[in-house]
Amino acid sequence: MEEIEHPIRNNFEGLRGWLKLSGYGWERVSYWFQRLTGVFLLIYFIGHIYETSTIVNGLNAWESFLELTQTVWGHLFLIVVIGASTFHSVNGIRLIFTHVGIGLGTPGRPDYPYNPSSLNYRQKSGIWIALILSVLAMYYGFNILFGE
Amino acid sequence: MSNNDNKIEDKIKLKVYRENRGQNSKSYYDSFEVPYKRWTTVLDALLYVKGYIDPSLAIRYSCRMASCGSCGMKINGIPRLACYTKISELETSTIECEPLGNFPIIRDLVTDFSLFYKHHKNIQPYIQSTESVETAAEEKTYSYNQSPQDVDKYLQFSYCIKCGLCYSACPTVGTDLRFPGPQALAQLYRYFADTRDESKNRLNIVDDRHGIWRCHFAGSCSKVCPKGVDPALGIQLLRSYMLGVSKNNKKQAEKIEVNLD
Amino acid sequence: MEIQRVLKESQIMKIHYITGIAAIFVVAIHIMMRLVVPFESSLNYDYIIANYKNIFYVLILESILVLISVHGFNGIRVILLELRQNTAWEKVITVITISSMIALIAYGTRTIILANGL
Repeated sequence: MEEIEHPIRNNFEGLRGWLKLSGYGWERVSYWFQRLTGVFLLIYFIGHIYETSTIVNGLNAWESFLELTQTVWGHLFLIVVIGASTFHSVNGIRLIFTHVGIGLGTPGRPDYPYNPSSLNYRQKSGIWIALILSVLAMYYGFNILFGE
Repeated sequence: MSNNDNKIEDKIKLKVYRENRGQNSKSYYDSFEVPYKRWTTVLDALLYVKGYIDPSLAIRYSCRMASCGSCGMKINGIPRLACYTKISELETSTIECEPLGNFPIIRDLVTDFSLFYKHHKNIQPYIQSTESVETAAEEKTYSYNQSPQDVDKYLQFSYCIKCGLCYSACPTVGTDLRFPGPQALAQLYRYFADTRDESKNRLNIVDDRHGIWRCHFAGSCSKVCPKGVDPALGIQLLRSYMLGVSKNNKKQAEKIEVNLD
Repeated sequence: MEIQRVLKESQIMKIHYITGIAAIFVVAIHIMMRLVVPFESSLNYDYIIANYKNIFYVLILESILVLISVHGFNGIRVILLELRQNTAWEKVITVITISSMIALIAYGTRTIILANGL
């Protein structure tokens, strides 16, 4: 690709553009959530590797690690992780399907009011299903962590 | 029309972004009261301001009928064509007009499209033929035989008027200036899907770290497109060819010799 | 260190998709193995050490480690690439993401090997 010289970044939306959610529909919400949950899950993953590694230091180290994490806040954090990973997985599968052109409709002859075929209800319901499943997973996690 | 419609003219408050980059002046918002009817567009209102209130308002427009793609601007925060947006349909008491995001401001609502066009040119937006039939010295003229089904594959994307709304709505463009943007990528698909095009190298143009892979299907481009081009669809279809899921078994359009006599 | 000379962006993204899908399956197995016993006893020291001695479970853990590290750090690379564009920045983030990926895999593998020997 030919190198493109940069003009001054005058009026470029920058991070405000990433975070802008309203007015662009569910697909924008999905874009935003996918990114947010992805970064969050990576941070959790690094933390998870680090904390579970205390097991190699023997029983005492493991017990003191459990004291730190097996708290109400630790459990609430885990519930957020459950929700984030469910959304990221389900929506990620939907995105992989769209990236290979499945479920988007075919090009045709556009007519007023020009509803784009790629923003169809299969896609929107995919996003809703991802959101609903993550709430259900969080509920299930809540029952396990805070149940009897 | 009933008498009621004519009696009182409704007024709308236009809040317009003002800035002159050439004079390094600070930006500010101007407010104007403009009369409107059911069919008044935002462009009509802005031209009323320019004609009767403040002639220094800078605005770019041409056809007034969503064909030229000149009057793109952010209206109430969303990129729209001013000539294609009716005040009565916005259903707000104040209308905020700002220059298109992701385009450098020149003055007021006028923005600089040079980077946008550069990206458009980069994807080679023209039909490429291996033999130079058009310019051949011989006195023969050819025509391409394309079926309506072949035309349908790219026609939608050829309706692009280069208004820049999709480029302005795209979250990736907001931070990644080397990303070609929805317009250029959809045009790449338009030429890739055309059976007259014989280029073998098209897909490599955007298989780059700032190329097509920086699209994450936020769908905002298709949401704001005023012509139903659906750039997001074109980009995903293109990507399915690049991932090898869709097989490129395009049959070249047959060239038929045309006798001009 | 120029990753673009080694892998095309389309190949990197193929890896991204494949590691993503594969990670879902192995993480599901990992969670299900935790759920077959009551939550509290799944954190029992002896139970976990016994898990680390199960070669099947060790393989699952190692593949989760590799798959999520590759997928996650490539995701971070993508986000950072979109933030700024100049050669120096791109080189730095490529080096940083690849080395953190390798470091995390190495650290996790060390834990698995040590816990297996306990």
